[in-house]
Amino acid sequence: MLTYTVRRILALIPVLIGMTLVVFAIIHAIPGNPAQVILGQRATKEAVANLTAQLGLDRPWYIQYFDYIKSLLHGDLGISLETRLPINEEIWPYLAATLELTVVAMIIAIVIGVNAGIISAWFSNSWFDYIAMVLALIGVSMPIFWLGLMEQWAFSIELGWLPTTGREDVRDPITAITNLYLIDTLFQGRFDQFITVIKHLVLPSIALATIPIAIIARMTRATMLEVMKSDYIRTARAKGLRMFWVVYKHSLKNAIIPVLTVIGLQTGMLLGGAILTETIFSWPGIGRYLYDAIGYRDYPVIQSGILIIAAIFILINLIVDLLYVFVDPRIKYTK
Amino acid sequence: MKKKSFKLLLISLLAISVFLVGCNSKTNNETDGKKDPGTSNGSKKDTLVYGRGGDSTSLDPITTTEGEAFKVTENIYETLLEYGEQDTTIKPGLAKEWTASDDGLTYTFKLQQGVKFHDGTEFNADAVVFNFNRWMNGNDEKFPYYTMFGGYKADDGHVIKEVKAVDKNTVQFILKRPQAPFLKNLAMSPFGIASPTAVEKWGDDFRSHPVGTGPFKFVEWKKKDRIVVEKNQDYWQKGLPKLNKIIFRVIPENAARLNALAKGEIDVMDGLNNSDEEKVKSNDKLQIIERPSMNVGYIGLTNTRKPFDNKLVRQAINHAVDKKAIIDAFYGGKALSAKNPMPPSIEGYNDAIQEYPYDLEKAKALLKEAGYEKGFKMELWAMPVARPYMPEAQKVAEVIQESLSKIGVTAEIKSVDWATYLEKATKGEFDAFMLGWTGDNGDPDNFIYTLLDKDSIGSNNYAYYSNDELHTNLIEAQTETDQAKRNELYKKAQEIIHEDAPWVPLVHSTPLLAASKDVLNYVPHPTGSECLSKVEFK
Repeated sequence: MLTYTVRRILALIPVLIGMTLVVFAIIHAIPGNPAQVILGQRATKEAVANLTAQLGLDRPWYIQYFDYIKSLLHGDLGISLETRLPINEEIWPYLAATLELTVVAMIIAIVIGVNAGIISAWFSNSWFDYIAMVLALIGVSMPIFWLGLMEQWAFSIELGWLPTTGREDVRDPITAITNLYLIDTLFQGRFDQFITVIKHLVLPSIALATIPIAIIARMTRATMLEVMKSDYIRTARAKGLRMFWVVYKHSLKNAIIPVLTVIGLQTGMLLGGAILTETIFSWPGIGRYLYDAIGYRDYPVIQSGILIIAAIFILINLIVDLLYVFVDPRIKYTK
Repeated sequence: MKKKSFKLLLISLLAISVFLVGCNSKTNNETDGKKDPGTSNGSKKDTLVYGRGGDSTSLDPITTTEGEAFKVTENIYETLLEYGEQDTTIKPGLAKEWTASDDGLTYTFKLQQGVKFHDGTEFNADAVVFNFNRWMNGNDEKFPYYTMFGGYKADDGHVIKEVKAVDKNTVQFILKRPQAPFLKNLAMSPFGIASPTAVEKWGDDFRSHPVGTGPFKFVEWKKKDRIVVEKNQDYWQKGLPKLNKIIFRVIPENAARLNALAKGEIDVMDGLNNSDEEKVKSNDKLQIIERPSMNVGYIGLTNTRKPFDNKLVRQAINHAVDKKAIIDAFYGGKALSAKNPMPPSIEGYNDAIQEYPYDLEKAKALLKEAGYEKGFKMELWAMPVARPYMPEAQKVAEVIQESLSKIGVTAEIKSVDWATYLEKATKGEFDAFMLGWTGDNGDPDNFIYTLLDKDSIGSNNYAYYSNDELHTNLIEAQTETDQAKRNELYKKAQEIIHEDAPWVPLVHSTPLLAASKDVLNYVPHPTGSECLSKVEFK
């Protein structure tokens, strides 16, 4: 098991290096010169040429690439062309904001999605099943952009329950320690701010959770239906075991593996794909950070941002693979 | 068994509703309680939250040309001269009075006394000299807007020979040759006077640690989220600023920003879509604020590409665009139809020019004369971003496409992301494209020379228009100090441009802002950024 884990982690390195090459090639292929963007619409030709040279962007691409890899191996993600700050220093607050949002969204998605799937399966072809599956279909096909604006309109403006945008009340800002505000506010004993943070999280995390809820519910329903047809479940039910235990202990445990895989994939997708939600809710996360960087042709930020998301994505997949062992003792990673 | 799970379902539904009710009551408590710190101690609101679409790129205004940056720095720094409240006439700023020699080569400024930078150091003639020396010793990557003075220290075109401190409160500018818009340039946001001590202390990092003499002091910058400035208690203009704090918040999406305004999370929103004007008007808690127009939105016809190298074709296209329909549909009727490359609010505007009327028959006749009787195919590039002068480029392009089809011209609408768009335009790779300009200093030179002189090809003359007669005329106007003579030169320039028709000038728009009703004295400036020292709450 340990050997397997170590091997998987080591295998990350070539994958990530391959990633850097692909990302590097793609972003250098898109037209648009960072120097031009930095200096703005009003810059002279000479200024653009000078700055291009100063940023080292006029050198052959392979030299730029090797320089990038060299500093990467030293743990240096480079310097943002836009802010002129080391990316190592400035990326964490954005990443933390997205992590917080994603984790909350995934918790919502898992709790609602798995339970809705179970209930639908248990009462398959009932009214609950039909409604849940229609909702799931709507959930998968709903444009997040539209959903976010509708949420704001309904729950913020009409009902006045929740704030529309941001992570905190800007008139009463939070002192960041870890940049995970749920933790920071509790740590500082600011319970009022903790509540504010939760309120700010509700709408964007629901918007973000919509698609995963639907996917997880459908997957759970499908696998649960399979499992519930099996003999041992029939036996368990015949023995008169309480329904709750049949579902949550015996059936779920065997149905959960494909669901876990989906959860892992969805989490990774959310990390990178939160751009729309973050834009609508003005959430200062990694999605917005990357999106702005692309508009700005901030090459080092694009490279490093995608690299970090890719690394997290791969790690999540590794964790999911390892979780299989705990859920299903039949799975063993020996070799 | 089924019964039990049904119970389970009911219980979870109940739990969810309890949670939602809980949310509701908590929100109410909070709105009653400490939503605004200003109200808690019995006094009125004094923190303004300003919502805008993008973040600043730098807080050292001379290092950028990006308009978003100046919205903040206008409040932190002051310039030697200031513009009028809603125009670009020259008013005293850090300099309380000034004289110019008859030959237009020496300007002497008397400075305000007793002014202090936010770091406590004194503002004086030496500080002015320090700032100008810093800029002129730089280059156009470091201080791009300094080219307004004709280049840098080593450049031939550089207008300023020397800036010297005559005494503690008098500073003198000696020019190599007269520069007509010199005083107007001094009042531009990028030339805010910074604390020499702070510039030396922070070096390159000064861009995120700004120190000026303005009404507000810098507090915090959370990138892509907010910039906070607070009242400068020692501000030299008594009774100002009225606000205690301003928070500039970034909310990229226009619709989301309007939601935040309706909810009271922000007090002012920049960049309101014209199409949302009615929505704001119907909300009795909100008000519309109109920014005076000092811009032009246009369709550039790249003059070096076929068939736009033919003047007759360009004139035909001018006849084929129905500006009135466009203004009614996409600007809420709130824009002026453009006939010149600069707006009428600017001195030297030639009102005698007759606009090319919307006349498809005339357009067809011109095309026939040019040898394109059967029409032609072209690409029409539409901007991917909304700008005050062009809020909905894509839709405007569709209307134009429709008109052009009636004269046999097939226009294919294309778009690409903003960075690429500007690069392609700079290289002259478009047949026809939409763009615009907001004036920097209210001088005609800043429109006509910047946008259409042959010197500006490769920078802002995206139409690649070149006319030697116009060039001679514009260069003469740059050094002419007699305003009446200058105006004549610019009027002539507009005639030449009208005849050559390098663009289809479309509109001079009125950009809109929205604010909550209790915001008072918000006076927007035509340049696009204003000092908020007089703003207060009811």
